[in-house]
Amino acid sequence: MELIWEGLKKAFHMLITGDPEVFKITLLTLQVSGTATLISLAIGVPLGTLLALTQFPGRRFLMSVVNTSMGMPPVVVGLWVTIFLWRSGPLGWLKMLYTPYAIVVAQALIASPIIIGLTAAAIQQIDPKLRLQIKALGTTRIQYLWFLVKEARFSLLAAVIAGFGAVVSEVGASMMVGGNVKGQTRVLTTATVMEVSKGNFDVAIALSVILILLAYLVTLWLTLLQQKQRGV
Amino acid sequence: MNKSFSRVRNFLAASAAVLMLAGCGTAAPKAPETPAAQPAKPSNPDVILATTTSTQDSGLLDVLVPDFEKKTGYKIKTIAVGTGQALTMGEKGEADVLLTHAPSSEKKLVDNKDVTNYQLVMHNDFVIVGPSADPAKIKGKKTAAEALKAIADSQSIFVSRGDDSGTHKMEKSLWKQAKIEPKGAWYQESGSGMGQTLNVASEKGGYTLTDRATYLATKKNLKLDILVEGEKSLLNIYHVMQVNPEKFSKVNKDGAKAFVDYLINPDTQKKIGDFGKDKYGQSLFFPDAGKKEEDIGK
Repeated sequence: MELIWEGLKKAFHMLITGDPEVFKITLLTLQVSGTATLISLAIGVPLGTLLALTQFPGRRFLMSVVNTSMGMPPVVVGLWVTIFLWRSGPLGWLKMLYTPYAIVVAQALIASPIIIGLTAAAIQQIDPKLRLQIKALGTTRIQYLWFLVKEARFSLLAAVIAGFGAVVSEVGASMMVGGNVKGQTRVLTTATVMEVSKGNFDVAIALSVILILLAYLVTLWLTLLQQKQRGV
Repeated sequence: MNKSFSRVRNFLAASAAVLMLAGCGTAAPKAPETPAAQPAKPSNPDVILATTTSTQDSGLLDVLVPDFEKKTGYKIKTIAVGTGQALTMGEKGEADVLLTHAPSSEKKLVDNKDVTNYQLVMHNDFVIVGPSADPAKIKGKKTAAEALKAIADSQSIFVSRGDDSGTHKMEKSLWKQAKIEPKGAWYQESGSGMGQTLNVASEKGGYTLTDRATYLATKKNLKLDILVEGEKSLLNIYHVMQVNPEKFSKVNKDGAKAFVDYLINPDTQKKIGDFGKDKYGQSLFFPDAGKKEEDIGK
């Protein structure tokens, strides 16, 4: 009990004194996971829309693959990204292993299926009559898609929240491809694991509190955005 | 129409904000703070150091790495894994320089010319820790092998690293000395670093083999005492070595050499010897550069 109290005090102390090391780690966490979420959004929304609207042989199979990948274990992604990015690996010449970019790649791979799957579900949920109506208005193909995506925007924001939540809290892949390098690739989750193994439970608790606060604030911001749009 | 326009605008504005954030994300890591007074920047500044968890968990690298970076302008990427993985990274040319503590396994890399410039850096020692109640009565045993035999005979819990690290390799050789093949419910493998393994042993009221440095650094949260120590076979010897640039062209040869030179430099050796004295009242590591391996501990 005392340990928990110590940890909470430490977290409070780190937050109000603005511990530069913790600030750096928190900022990097936000940047890495934010970038990864955006990339997966750029990949996931078009692919999800395509998957929802087109008919082709093997579509159901593809859908099942996407749905499975929504729960892809991050360590699996971490392992494969590591193997590809090794100096001796096929993408070794990029020199990306143990940089923040590698973490972004791994996290984008984790979040993309989530965004694809949720986008496809959101688009498919739109009333078919509405689709017909939009078409009847004489829209171009681009306009038609834009309307659909806009119609599904609440669900899409939910997809963004789910994707960000998955990557910001992820530790296995970040540890493997980032290496927890101090000042370069140390993010909140990997720092927490390290402090636990050092036996510094108070610092670990403090970091975990900060991680939860960060996740909450970002989600709060996205939720407000979502609900504000609804309120208009 | 106006309404939906403003919705779109809102969404775009939000996305732009996130994008800007992302922009920082890709820019920031590129520009580490560069103090004005720095030596000439090496052309290839990034050096990957694969090492054991004990050097990170004890805090030693937090002292040495910044000092090295300030003196030379290189940037060290410390990848703290077990000695087993660190040596594998060396064998594959995935790291530039290794700091590990398993001389018998390291010998293979030296013989295969996977690594060069193999230098003795320091030592500390392994100790067997366990609950103060000492159910297996190992306290006072002269050798580690006898102690392990007593643990096995009494079926007391023993928590092993089980991760092929330097400590794990040492543990396996001690079991061999004791002529016991550890098996059964009492022998548990944590599969994690030294700090975490100590936590597990402490919670389960079990014994474990640990390096003294990690034990002292994490002691405050542990319900474990040192029960067996001081035997020569418990010495924990650290070597540093460059991954052979002739074998792996992508290795940062100059950076690796600079780090090896730094570690065996007399000033650094003094820093190593002093490390931890103020906090724990005793040295965590004993500097050995220039000595012969056989002479350590005499």
